[in-house]
Amino acid sequence: MSDRQSSNAYWQANLKLIWLCMIIWALVSYGFGIVLRPLLAGISVGGTDLGFWFAQQGSILVFIVLIFFYAWRMNKMDAEHGVEE
Amino acid sequence: MSQFTLNLLVIGASFALYIGIAIWARAGSTAEFYAANRGVSPVMNGMATAADWMSAASFISMAGLIAFTGYDNSTYLMGWTGGYVLLAMLLAPYLRKFGKFTVPEFIGDRFYSGTARIIGVICLLIISITYVIGQMTGVGVTFSRYLEVSSSTGLWIGAALVFVYAVLGGMKGITYTQVAQYIVLIIAYTIPAVFIALQLTGHVLPQTGLFGTHDASGAKFLAKLDQVVTDLGFRSYTGHHNSTLDMVLFTMALMIGTAGLPHVIIRFFTVPKVADARKSAGWALVFIALLYTVAPAVGSMSRFNLTATMWPGAETGETFSQPAVSLEDIQNREDLNWMRNWQLTGLLNWEDKNGDGLIQYYNEAGAANEPLATVIAEQGLQGNELTTVNNDIMVLANPEIANLPGWVIAIVAAGGLAAALSTAAGLLLAISGAVSHDLIKGAINPGISEKGELFAARVSMAVSILVATILGLNPPGFAAQTVALAFGLAASSIFPVLMMGIFSTRMNKEGAMAGMLAGVISTLVYIFTYKGWFFISGTNMLPDTADAWLFGISPASFGTIGAVINFAVAYLVSAATKEPPAEVRDLVESIRVPRGAGAAQAH
Repeated sequence: MSDRQSSNAYWQANLKLIWLCMIIWALVSYGFGIVLRPLLAGISVGGTDLGFWFAQQGSILVFIVLIFFYAWRMNKMDAEHGVEE
Repeated sequence: MSQFTLNLLVIGASFALYIGIAIWARAGSTAEFYAANRGVSPVMNGMATAADWMSAASFISMAGLIAFTGYDNSTYLMGWTGGYVLLAMLLAPYLRKFGKFTVPEFIGDRFYSGTARIIGVICLLIISITYVIGQMTGVGVTFSRYLEVSSSTGLWIGAALVFVYAVLGGMKGITYTQVAQYIVLIIAYTIPAVFIALQLTGHVLPQTGLFGTHDASGAKFLAKLDQVVTDLGFRSYTGHHNSTLDMVLFTMALMIGTAGLPHVIIRFFTVPKVADARKSAGWALVFIALLYTVAPAVGSMSRFNLTATMWPGAETGETFSQPAVSLEDIQNREDLNWMRNWQLTGLLNWEDKNGDGLIQYYNEAGAANEPLATVIAEQGLQGNELTTVNNDIMVLANPEIANLPGWVIAIVAAGGLAAALSTAAGLLLAISGAVSHDLIKGAINPGISEKGELFAARVSMAVSILVATILGLNPPGFAAQTVALAFGLAASSIFPVLMMGIFSTRMNKEGAMAGMLAGVISTLVYIFTYKGWFFISGTNMLPDTADAWLFGISPASFGTIGAVINFAVAYLVSAATKEPPAEVRDLVESIRVPRGAGAAQAH
């Protein structure tokens, strides 16, 4: 039973981390890259605006950082909750 | 040395390398054949995943799609990379923990139903077979252009090569060949891009050159490109012209479709640990990003080079400051050889409609805009004279347009083949696994021995190669629609069912099956309504135009809506029927934690 509870706490922490990463994931692509692009139109980047940079470069770079951040946090959490391999 | 000899040498050397790896990495057991014995390091697996994922579409077509549309097609860049974030957080680690060989096997065990497993097999087969046709056609085209053999001969050579390393080596052989193919394709893609970025902007990195200054005119490169294309009556390159809703839905369909593609998912079964599956998705995206962040630079710069070839004035000053390129130059100038070469393939063509000896390239739809309207009146233009420009030549002709040395051209040819062959092999493995493991061992003959199953896997791989080759030789009319179909189906069937299987302990077999069927059928009906039933032209019930689409949602974007329908139907049906048995809830609990046997026993 105690095992189930500790793995529940682990799962809740995992879900929280996933939500955080998903919000950033959506913000840089659907947000800055598409829907919010007009709001960023004032910030110019190399002959165009910041939204264009996010759509063609920035979102991809943020995706990479997100995956490694998630992997690093989860590996730490696996050990903290005693569920690592 | 002639260009042909160079092509032959470089392509031949790359093939010898792949066959050498295949002989070294033969598979001796089903665990090796399906999952490379789970002994592939996360970095190696990331590289193999990148080659598996980046197909002829990524290597050859994507930069061209961006080149002629500009910002609006950023959807491909974000959509085909963002799916890896979903894979890393929502699917890969848990499916690796589950520890079986195929995607339908997970569906069958989690939803305690052989029927669910068969539905999974059917979805997998439709997705993978439509996808593999495109790869085989790509192999044929590349061969016929660079090795001067007929497209069908090229196809058989490619099929024979895949046969050797996929049938012998299974996942193990494919993985290590894909690592080599990744290296070939990334070198092939990057070298011309670096040369061109240097020529145009003085930047070594195409990623920064895209936002740099155009050396010849002193203007920002993208501002200059916008100016030139709007002068010629095209829509601005950096502007947002399409429906925002459709852009969002299409990007989403590509992302969840990517995460739901079986041949990508099975790659994460090959790493030793759950932690490696997470990291490996990151490495895969690093290797994919090396191409995907370069692609927008290749697209915009090749568009500029093409336009400046047609209107030499655009290079340094005003677009119309010099006359358009002359017919005589196209026929005689050494540096315009590539135009004559590509005309032979039918992918590029021109016609001097007004007989003035010049070839004027512009967009007829924008003919009323100034300064183009004045030019049309002054020069008595009878229409756009660059009559055919195929998207796909932008990458393949790129080195020739920029006058790069012959060995670069040969490497690009080898790269295109590596991209198509590596993806074809991954797809064929997913297909043969579904047939031998899910259909033969799972349903028809459960008592089959390990040796028998390995033999069945090899036979089904050989049969799949044969079917794919025959379909590649006679591509059905819907070959061009494979993107909409494969991604729409993966997004609306496989991704939701896997996610619910992991994130909901309450989801039962009735819900999962109803959801999969509702998602797949709604997506197929929507695509067929606009594209024709089974893509037979003339049988579409509504015209395939933005005005006729429901809320302006294109058929290619509908996978997102199909996924929403899948989730909604699954939850409703599941809530109304009885909950799954206790051992299935235990299974879900156990795949959520990385610790293996220990955690499972505690329940």
